[in-house]
Amino acid sequence: MAVIKLQRPKLGPGEAIYLTALAKGFFLTLSHAVKSLLGKSMGAKDLASSGLGVTMQYPEQTWDDHLPEYYRGAPALVTDEQGRERCVSCQLCEFICPPKAIRIIPAEIPSDDPWAKVEKRPAAFDIDMLRCIYCGMCEEVCPEQAIFLRKDYVITGLNRKEMVHHKDKLYQIGGVRTGLVNKWNELK
Amino acid sequence: MSDTPSATIPITLPKDLAAAMGRVNVQINGQWHHFPKATRMIEACRQVQVAVPHYCYHPKLTPSGNCRMCLVQIGMPPRPAPGQQPQRDALGYEPITWSPRAVIACANTVSENMGICTTSELVESCQAGVMEFLLINHPLDCPICDQAGECRLQENALGHGRGVSRFVDRKVKKPKNVTIGPRVRLDDERCILCSRCIRFMDEVAGEPVLGFTQRGTHTTLSVHPGRLLDSNYSLNTVDLCPVGALTASDFRFHMRVWFLKETPTIDVNCGTGTNITVWTRENTIHRITPRRNNDVNSDWMPDSHRLNFHYIDSSSRLTDPLAKAGNHHRQATWAEALQIIAPQLKAIAAPAIAIIASGRMTNEELFLTRLLAQQLGTPHLALVPRFAAPDALLIAADRNPNTTGAKLVLQSADPYAGLDAIRSAVRAGTIKALLVFGEDLISDAGFATADLTKLEFLLQTHLLANPTADAAHLVLPAAAFTEKRGSMVNLTGRLQRLNRATALPGQARDDWEILRDLTHVFTGAAAAPAQIDEVFAQLAATIPAFAGLSLATISPAGIPLLDTGHSIPLLDTERARTAAGRING
Repeated sequence: MAVIKLQRPKLGPGEAIYLTALAKGFFLTLSHAVKSLLGKSMGAKDLASSGLGVTMQYPEQTWDDHLPEYYRGAPALVTDEQGRERCVSCQLCEFICPPKAIRIIPAEIPSDDPWAKVEKRPAAFDIDMLRCIYCGMCEEVCPEQAIFLRKDYVITGLNRKEMVHHKDKLYQIGGVRTGLVNKWNELK
Repeated sequence: MSDTPSATIPITLPKDLAAAMGRVNVQINGQWHHFPKATRMIEACRQVQVAVPHYCYHPKLTPSGNCRMCLVQIGMPPRPAPGQQPQRDALGYEPITWSPRAVIACANTVSENMGICTTSELVESCQAGVMEFLLINHPLDCPICDQAGECRLQENALGHGRGVSRFVDRKVKKPKNVTIGPRVRLDDERCILCSRCIRFMDEVAGEPVLGFTQRGTHTTLSVHPGRLLDSNYSLNTVDLCPVGALTASDFRFHMRVWFLKETPTIDVNCGTGTNITVWTRENTIHRITPRRNNDVNSDWMPDSHRLNFHYIDSSSRLTDPLAKAGNHHRQATWAEALQIIAPQLKAIAAPAIAIIASGRMTNEELFLTRLLAQQLGTPHLALVPRFAAPDALLIAADRNPNTTGAKLVLQSADPYAGLDAIRSAVRAGTIKALLVFGEDLISDAGFATADLTKLEFLLQTHLLANPTADAAHLVLPAAAFTEKRGSMVNLTGRLQRLNRATALPGQARDDWEILRDLTHVFTGAAAAPAQIDEVFAQLAATIPAFAGLSLATISPAGIPLLDTGHSIPLLDTERARTAAGRING
């Protein structure tokens, strides 16, 4: 591996005594203090319930509306607009999952089921939320667009068993997702 | 003296050295090698570690040349004009003129001064073209296909395919999820028409029930009307299938193959000692497949043996030592169980004690059984015979896997001989204590419940709940064949090793440890040896046939120990076909 020698930047006399930087910092803090006293701090409207409006009163208040589009919360399974559970238990998410949080027991779809041609679906799908690191690899690897990371982050339980999300819970969190590729429809 | 130059000039050129051995020189990807005459190009490439992608070719089946995946470019030296001497380089090889068309490597043989190229632009475009045709009608259902992860089509699509499809028409529809036999399911859309299964059923299993129907793009693999793929060797077609067209009902949708750990070991359902691979995940056996050994089972195994592993995980498995208390058994610890034995056996005179062992035990276990019999001073030691009709391929009449080993270790010409005497002695009441290892006397050895109730002490080691255990005073939970390490000698006299694929359930113990502890119950000595390798070392020091061997050095293919004269019918047929040049073998 090549060794790259870095040259430290030469500081001018003004930078070397750092008093200007210190003064800048004090000024910034002071400006925030003035803003909050005037009720003009960031998010003051949402946090207006108490005091100066700078402290979020969690859990009465939450930041949910401000979560970015790319936020990675609890992984969940989804059904599509046809009511079909999209997971075919290919077990790729189980394989890719870095903390081994996912366990799937595959099963065959009985021949009298309307989606019998899909042949396979999970009999059990467990995600251990104590293990999950919200990395999103399961969503990325899924060839069926069946698992998505939702914005849920309040995952609580009184014991380890409660912290395992079973299949019904995962579908409850995931809900219906529309506009996905329906590769199992009649036209192959 | 001859005046031909070859008789006077010493052979120094590499090409002449090969010719002197009756071999031909072949250039593969720029390197010169020599092979025996009539070697198939694909085998020649395999021998020098040059991969040629293929689907329909299998060394144990006649080449059919229908998948076209193994196309390679060949070249021959130019034909000299009359009177012209061929040009030769410093090593004596003639220059190669490459053919502008590719040929299939599976059905063509090598010849002198031939060139084979597997990496040229022509070959790569041929492979990409073949892949594109194969994928035109192939469904994109890898997420649900059981073959995913061990699929040749997936591998070759990645290695030689285009990556995207140009096909805009609708794919041809064919039957899906067809039950063509009791153990095999067929998905015709996934089939790439390689005909391996058809050739296997015809050439090896001898029941040609599979064939192609329809024509062109509608060609469909199907089973003969009124017949089923119900041969006892039908699951080998699933192993052979390069794609997910044939899947085993038993393994279907159970587990993706990339989770499974492979343990090479041997089958214990008959004296052939078929080499197998046990596929496990976290202590659960998901499937068993045959492992190639050209001296034992070739590439195949019978379904009845392959599927006989579900009992290992079953609910009737014994997991704790059970001691009789009144009419029922109670769970005991090993320390308690072993304490029960010594006073019981010391109260009975040695000739009134008998040991019934099993032909399913390993050499090490049989050796410890012999030591136990010596320690007790009893002359009564017999094994339970297990004979049934053989088949014409792999299944031997002797269903005990280690009869040959028992003969060697117990140094007896017929280790089953004493069983009748023990049974009548138990009935007569002259034998008062019986130690039974790994056998169910009532189901397999002709004992009646009334016989066993006469005994003052009956100890049984077994892995499943069984009628004999109900009558036993002490039942010790033992290990299944996938949970053991040890050696066995098959009917042809080949020493093979069992390897441990799964851990023991509950309090169950390895059989050799139970036997070792039993021998120490009386003396109160510390339990030794600590490792099964040491038991084998003792065995090797005692029995001349095993002299100089150790358990660790038994190779995966086994070691021929002695020649018993037994022959495996399937291998005889295969050798004849190889000699006739029909297969590569």
